[in-house]
Amino acid sequence: MQKVVKQEMMALAGDQAVAYAVKQSDVDVVAAYPITPQTIIVEKFSEYVADGEVETEFVCVESEHSAMAASISASATGARAFTATASAGLALMHEMLFVASGCRAPVVMAVANRALSAPLNIHGDHSDSMAQRDSGWIQMYAENAQEAYDSIIQAFQIAENLDVLLPVMVGLDGFTLSHTLENVEALPDEVVKEFVGVRKFPNVLTHAGKTAPFKLDPANPMTMGPIALQNYYFEFKRQQEEAMTNALNVIQQVNSDYAKISGRSYGNGLVEGYCLEDAEVAAICLGSTAGTMKTVVDDLRQDGVKAGLLKLRTFRPLPVEAIRSALENVKAVAVMDKCMSFGGNGGPVFHEVRHLLYDVASRPYVVNYIYGLGGRDTSPSELRSIYENLQSILQAGRVETPIQYLGLRD
Amino acid sequence: MTSQEWKFTTKDIAEKPDLFLSGHRACAGCGPATVFRLIMKATRGPTIVTEATGCMEVVSSIYPYTSWAVPWLHTAFETAASNASGIEAALKIMKKKGRISQEHVDVIAFAGDGGTYDIGIQALSGAVERGHDFLFVLYDNEAYMNTGIQRSGGTPHGAATTTSPAGKVIPGKLEYKKPIADIMVAHEMPYVATASPYYWKDLITKVRKGLEVEGPAFLHVFAPCPRGWRSNPAKSIEYAKLAVETCVFPVWESVNGQCQLSTPSKLVALAPQKKKPVADYLQGQGRFRHMFKPQGKKLLEDVQRITDERWERLLKKCGETPKTA
Ligand SMILES: Cc1ncc(C[n+]2csc(CCOP(=O)(O)OP(=O)(O)O)c2C)c(N)n1
Ligand code: SF4
Ligand SMILES: [Mg+2]
Repeated sequence: MQKVVKQEMMALAGDQAVAYAVKQSDVDVVAAYPITPQTIIVEKFSEYVADGEVETEFVCVESEHSAMAASISASATGARAFTATASAGLALMHEMLFVASGCRAPVVMAVANRALSAPLNIHGDHSDSMAQRDSGWIQMYAENAQEAYDSIIQAFQIAENLDVLLPVMVGLDGFTLSHTLENVEALPDEVVKEFVGVRKFPNVLTHAGKTAPFKLDPANPMTMGPIALQNYYFEFKRQQEEAMTNALNVIQQVNSDYAKISGRSYGNGLVEGYCLEDAEVAAICLGSTAGTMKTVVDDLRQDGVKAGLLKLRTFRPLPVEAIRSALENVKAVAVMDKCMSFGGNGGPVFHEVRHLLYDVASRPYVVNYIYGLGGRDTSPSELRSIYENLQSILQAGRVETPIQYLGLRD
Repeated sequence: MTSQEWKFTTKDIAEKPDLFLSGHRACAGCGPATVFRLIMKATRGPTIVTEATGCMEVVSSIYPYTSWAVPWLHTAFETAASNASGIEAALKIMKKKGRISQEHVDVIAFAGDGGTYDIGIQALSGAVERGHDFLFVLYDNEAYMNTGIQRSGGTPHGAATTTSPAGKVIPGKLEYKKPIADIMVAHEMPYVATASPYYWKDLITKVRKGLEVEGPAFLHVFAPCPRGWRSNPAKSIEYAKLAVETCVFPVWESVNGQCQLSTPSKLVALAPQKKKPVADYLQGQGRFRHMFKPQGKKLLEDVQRITDERWERLLKKCGETPKTA
């Protein structure tokens, strides 16, 4: 049994916590481009490079498109690669995100979640990463700076696992997390280094008929990122889906391995339930809102309301079974979306949660709350109103308004 | 061995195993295919190739086949230079950390004119500014061939393409070919050169020089495409010669900003009476057919005038005194 190691308490904003985790994770190449609210990550990392504190090639690229291309190619060459972005930067990467997952490049990326233009807005919401949910990336969302730090370290282990080999993005809410100073317990350098280890490669068959590690290596020439037509493309895509399924187990394993050294875990790694055991009404959310929600649930419990919370830590792969069993006894569920799917009848998390509940024996009522767009603050009393609404739904026995907007001007 | 002592004789070339293998799906008479084969003959050791989307990528990598005997990566259309940046950065740090066995690995990025003049120019400019050690090869067939012969910034004035057709009112492409190699020279990079596959020895010597240089090198290679130019597949290499002889595509190199004509163009400079009229080159190519009709006379004169002006400017840059024929 490994023992929980002694850790250093540091005051770090979310972005700094990410940069610190990257510094400790023996990353070979960082290729990144600045954008608010991710900037601190690149700046902080540049300082580490300038001060000789990391053994990393920092490629200060001329765009996010190139950041992702360089991350993919570095990864294909065998390097451990990291990048970070937000909003417009992530949108600019869109094309390359599919290439990263399709090339099975285990790139890790921090996304300081931010609204998309227009109108221009630099504050936090999930429009940027939600728009990339079908790009083949694993998506995790952090509740606080501590989780951002922990998740980045875990992300390398998840991405590079040979049963997975998929890129991972870790979301941290713009400003709310990226720029807010919190206490973060940091593991010692050597512990992180050992935890992430050195990259491993699967053996594949080369064109020369040899088996060799899957990377660009002049000793074993390999053609990567080829054209695959009607006869093969489909199989490539199916394999990515299998890798996503495998990731469900790997994320849980990494979460518990990490708990052994750090003493911290996030539910089962996929979802984290809060007061759900006997809950009748529950909300589902991702990111920093979960923190506020927990205090709201505490208050409601004090008032005798059987309220609970399900934090969706991993959104891709969607933890279907974990969500179903966590909500097994819940009668009414509010799904929270910090994002819109225009004309789509609700937000993306709502779509997916409601869809996976279709097959359960006794379906709960499900409503959608769209909130916090463009960084709009959501108060505990507004969050409380969600539970009150769920209670009245239970009383009335029906859902009147399935899609609601929280804290919106009339 | 440096390029100075390097004597690549026909025999050497023939004996060196191909790294760009036959069996690819390029059209008969494909200029770029010849260019690729020659360039890969000039490599000096362990090499990683990355390539932009385009004809050559598509014809050489149809899964589960490949024409590449070296490690090869494609990611997208506009990413040849950003791919090279990541590969070079990875090699550098992994060498330092003892994670690769090779003493040195060369990196070559290939892109067509679309992937260079147009959609790829930002990544190229950025990679060169950052000073990555790689050779960027532009194989210029003067249009987007892979998607069906659309115009690019490298399509010459007057050429008919599917997005600059020679119509009743507009006679093909109105704009001029972007001086891409000059743009690269303006980056103050260590090595820039132009080359034509007819002068194969000149071409491969330049490849070798580009690899030997520390830092970024840019090689602009003329690459006739019979399919897109609507020309005789048997004449691709002949057009590669005529383009130089007419000064439509002079060959030169710029070493640390010092510009110098290469021998085939130098000979034209020394004996201006040998400079052929552009019509010799344009004739026979379907994309210029409309220039040889009565209403195309002015366009043809224009092309001659622009070619002469550009040639004069190049002569000045190379410190040659323009001589009149
Ligand atoms: C972002 C993007 N836009 C457009 C395309 C479609 N496309 C693929 S290849 C190509 C043209 C390639 O032209 P060029 O670089 O000159 O190479 P060639 O095919 O002529 O060898 C285009 C437009 C693409 N693949 N990606
Ligand atoms: S279209 Fe042109 S460049 Fe493309 S394969 Fe055919 S000849 Fe070569
Ligand atoms: Mg072209």
